[in-house]
Amino acid sequence: MPLKVEIVTPEKKVFSDEVDTIVIPGMEGEFKIIASHTPVVTIITPGELIYTKGGASESLAIGEGFIETSGDSVSVVVDVALGESEIDENAVEEALKRAEAALADTSEDDENFAALQAVIARSLVQLDFKRRRRS
Amino acid sequence: MANTRDIRRRIKSVKSTKQITKAMELVAASKMRKAQNQALAGRDYAQVINRVLVNLTDVSEPESHPLLEVREGDRELVVVISTDKGLCGGLNTNLLRAVTDESTEESSYVTVGRKGRGTLARSKKDLVADFPVKDPVSFSEVKPIAQFITEKFESGECDRVKVAFTNFINTMSQDAHIATLLPITALQLTGKRKYEGMSEKDDMAEVYQPDMRGAVYTYEPGASSVLDKILPHYLNYQLYQMILEARASEHSARMVAMKSATDNADGMIKDLTLEYNKVRQAAITGELLEITTAQMALE
Repeated sequence: MPLKVEIVTPEKKVFSDEVDTIVIPGMEGEFKIIASHTPVVTIITPGELIYTKGGASESLAIGEGFIETSGDSVSVVVDVALGESEIDENAVEEALKRAEAALADTSEDDENFAALQAVIARSLVQLDFKRRRRS
Repeated sequence: MANTRDIRRRIKSVKSTKQITKAMELVAASKMRKAQNQALAGRDYAQVINRVLVNLTDVSEPESHPLLEVREGDRELVVVISTDKGLCGGLNTNLLRAVTDESTEESSYVTVGRKGRGTLARSKKDLVADFPVKDPVSFSEVKPIAQFITEKFESGECDRVKVAFTNFINTMSQDAHIATLLPITALQLTGKRKYEGMSEKDDMAEVYQPDMRGAVYTYEPGASSVLDKILPHYLNYQLYQMILEARASEHSARMVAMKSATDNADGMIKDLTLEYNKVRQAAITGELLEITTAQMALE
């Protein structure tokens, strides 16, 4: 039985198709879902989402969010979801540098500290993802 | 009486103004469509997040979460979403009037958009922050704003957070609207919101059908921690949606203002051309008269 997957962000519906399995980066490690999974709502951490369809695997870099699954459908609700071609390595690297530089100037109890760390985490995920695809 | 050259010069200048207003009208029209589409594109996201949140508030104890806590007190933080540019009719004026009407001594303000910032700063209001937002708005720009107001609310610096924005009803009418963003109330989650006016379809209502609420989820790693994580996303999305609404209003207001400016320019050109022809005619008549008089004098 196929699994209906929808990946949605506030800006658009990124993906909508039937797949065999899907693996998401959960809070406590990777989380694999196949059809007829019990209804679950769980939190996603920024990382790589992998889905398999007919033996072929595809993946997307995703940001923060959560998933909701009920039986044969999965809704992945995230703030960003990018395919390999959508990641601009240079832009991400620059953003990473900017964030790191800014982080060096802020103290740990500053209100921006956590936000900058989140930016860095997100950028690293994207870079890592992109480089792994290529090699 | 003005001479023909002056009138010609004026016609020319009105014509070039008309070209500009016409161009602005077309640009505003296409930007408005884009903003509308952008708002509709987030619909799927809204559906899922609403469904899950309604379910969550059923199973967990909503009172426990700080963002849901209703507090007594009158310290309000108002997020004013205005435009960056002018030439959009009475949009900002109406919005800021609504803000001033509702304001109390203890209100403080966060602005998005240059026009609101200028006015509020001039009227010596307590302006705590200003966030510039590009056009078209990207979701990542909205996140810092949501984060900022969350912090203000959680730290107890304000008891309520409201958002003042222009509600997009249709191309011809926009309405200054003030909505409460924090605390998030159960009513806000389940009630159909007034500013979902972007789409004619009433598909938001479907989310709240009873059978949807019946689904039993397992929350990983637990209902309250999931709620903790999802509420900020919900807040981000709400704010994003309101900014989009304001943007759609801005562009449609500008489109209408520019359309009437173009029409006025047309009227002016018509009047001036009439005037020009009259003056020209008078000059010709005068010249003819002179020639005939001279002729008669010679005979």
